[in-house]
Amino acid sequence: MTTITQSDDASIRRISSSIASRRARHGRGLSDRTIAWLFVAPTIALLLAINIFPLLWMIKLSFTSLNLSMSYLPLRVVGLDNFSDILTDEDVWMRLQTTARFVISSVMLQVIVGFSLALLINRQFRGHSFWTTIILLPMMLSPAVVGNFWTLLFQPQIGPFNYVVSVFTGVPPSSFSMTGEVALAPWTIVLVDTWMWAPYVMLICLAGLRSIPDYIYEAAEVDRASAWRQFWSITLPMAVPFLMLAVLFRAIENFKMFDMVNLLTSGGPGSTTELVSITLKRAAFEKWRTGYSSALAIILFVTVFGAANIYVKLLNRVKQR
Amino acid sequence: MWKSANSMRSSRAGATLALFAGVALSALASGPAAAQGKQLTLCWAAWDPANALVELGKDFTKQSGIEMKYEFVPWTSYADRFLNELNSHGKLCDLIIGDSQWIGGAAENKWYVKLNDFFAKENISMDDFVPATVTGYSQWPKNTANYWALPAMADAVGWTYRKDWFSRPDIQAAFKAKHGRDLAPPATYDELKQIAEFFQGREIDGKKVYGAYMFTERGSEGITMGVTNVLYNYGFNYDNPKKPYQMQGFVNSPDAAKGLEFYKELYKCCTAPGMTNAYMQEGLDAFKSGQVAMQMNWFAFFPGLYKDPNVGGDKIGFFVNPAGPKAHFTQLGGQGISVVATSDRKDDALKYIKWFAQPAVQQKWWELGGYSALKAVVEAPGFPKSAAFAPQFLASMAIVKDFWAEPSYAQLLLDMQKRVHDYVVADKGTSQQALDLLVKDWSKVFGEQGKRVAAD
Repeated sequence: MTTITQSDDASIRRISSSIASRRARHGRGLSDRTIAWLFVAPTIALLLAINIFPLLWMIKLSFTSLNLSMSYLPLRVVGLDNFSDILTDEDVWMRLQTTARFVISSVMLQVIVGFSLALLINRQFRGHSFWTTIILLPMMLSPAVVGNFWTLLFQPQIGPFNYVVSVFTGVPPSSFSMTGEVALAPWTIVLVDTWMWAPYVMLICLAGLRSIPDYIYEAAEVDRASAWRQFWSITLPMAVPFLMLAVLFRAIENFKMFDMVNLLTSGGPGSTTELVSITLKRAAFEKWRTGYSSALAIILFVTVFGAANIYVKLLNRVKQR
Repeated sequence: MWKSANSMRSSRAGATLALFAGVALSALASGPAAAQGKQLTLCWAAWDPANALVELGKDFTKQSGIEMKYEFVPWTSYADRFLNELNSHGKLCDLIIGDSQWIGGAAENKWYVKLNDFFAKENISMDDFVPATVTGYSQWPKNTANYWALPAMADAVGWTYRKDWFSRPDIQAAFKAKHGRDLAPPATYDELKQIAEFFQGREIDGKKVYGAYMFTERGSEGITMGVTNVLYNYGFNYDNPKKPYQMQGFVNSPDAAKGLEFYKELYKCCTAPGMTNAYMQEGLDAFKSGQVAMQMNWFAFFPGLYKDPNVGGDKIGFFVNPAGPKAHFTQLGGQGISVVATSDRKDDALKYIKWFAQPAVQQKWWELGGYSALKAVVEAPGFPKSAAFAPQFLASMAIVKDFWAEPSYAQLLLDMQKRVHDYVVADKGTSQQALDLLVKDWSKVFGEQGKRVAAD
């Protein structure tokens, strides 16, 4: 009489699974993993084609003298010449300074306005949903549309902005130009950007405020903490990680800002509001200096990436506290 | 059970993949198949003359059976859009009316078909066209018999003025009392500034008006196309006529610096508020809305202005770009029509060019609002009387000067845009500093091109 032992049982199972996997390999049945890869493969291929390959190609081009308007000239490998040209170009440093000033001013203003709006919206009041929707509207517009219609609003002779300012200050409306004066143009782009993106900061802050448990405020009230004390000791510390997240997102976006500023001021007057993204676009698609602009793009990428990494480490430390 | 579940999954996956493949294949197949029938695509800027060309093109379709399609792009994106298209060897355009400054790049990069053989075969002689338009729109290298375009749209910067304001007795009397001479269209820039200052802030028909409108646009070519009208007439030259690319002392001569200062003074004293980034359309709006007494703009717009119900007809006058202390030139505009080298319909495109070059077609082109460059049209006895601005147009075409047409023209143009706008609008530095920096910028560009730039 034949007895099936445990080891026989294990052998039988091993043999069955190897038959099954051989069958799967021969395509008579696809495994879940294979099916998943098949569905994800087109996306990966697209990502490689439109993200990774251009990035690697751009790194390669940054070491060359390629200028598409003079593609008949022989292509030379120039090593780090493009990078050193950029890093020793006074104009580029001026543009980086302009961009830094824009990022710092606009993000600070957006955080102040956005957080204030979040504090207001966090309370329940009549028409709460309606006003929340109205506040969110600017964020839903395209930056190009925003640039265009604010250009109209800022028109010194017919634009309502100058008229409103003149009502409050008595200054004649056509005596100043928000987009045309060196002193005012930088603040103009900050103002428009804040108008558009403060609601975004508000949403992030609102998520933070709503995550604070009520019992903490109840405990504070029991301890007779004033409203200011509650804000300073409870609300603000607990909202800081969200605020920092909003700062990170907005700073990265504003570093890359192009369309709204290009339409509003074209980088003018002169080069007063020429952000580094506008310089990059001009170098790449108007001057056709492909090698140079690839190097500039890499420098900007490394700058943002490095800064963002340091910031995220700081953010994690704050969250742990 | 495991076997059947696996089979069902794999057949579903297979069916899905087959569906995707089918959709992809049908999308690919339908693309080229849709473009049946003879058709040509002509690319140009979106402006009034383009509408006239569409009208004119109907005759070509009637004669040849070839349907014309058009791709018109606003001026602010025109160079961006089409230089991108040409650089990437796109097949959108069969014919292109490219800007005159593109001719060097187009020839060197082989974007355009060289037309010498075609002209010889079809007996199209460049001697039949206004010389400045042949040099400006067609030749590369300049002043050589190498043709890459047929002159299509002759253009130059001119000025319009409010003839009705100039002829008011009270205004005439006030001007004469102030300046001791009759109020008339200016012949020199000093006279123009005097007139602009006179009208600046004056109330006419209950409305405050301003002296002049001039180009200040930053993004593409505006302020450069404006300032050169003054610079040329103050003695500015692009380089030493005897030593090509020697710019020191020519681009940044003391006279050129005075010219740049003058342009800034005119901008500061005599323009409407908010005109810090203004080009063609803003000028038309300012003039049509009765804001300014005089307007700098391209002749291309003058037919439309003449027909305007508010400021046209008897109310509008025209004058040639005024002279300066050293010279009398005006900035050349205009374009030639070329066959794009990547076109699959070159033969049909050449048929269009042959048709367009005919004197009868050129005459109709002028009548519809285009600007012919054919001598038979512009030198006909009746031409000066054919439009109110015709005499000024003829006079302007005799004194035109163009910006660089080098392959690197875009870099040269953007450098000048920056330096001039920085000085004129943003009050940065002095005029001499602006032009010194411009020489440095341009020397760098030519150096990268491998051209020898003589220092002195």
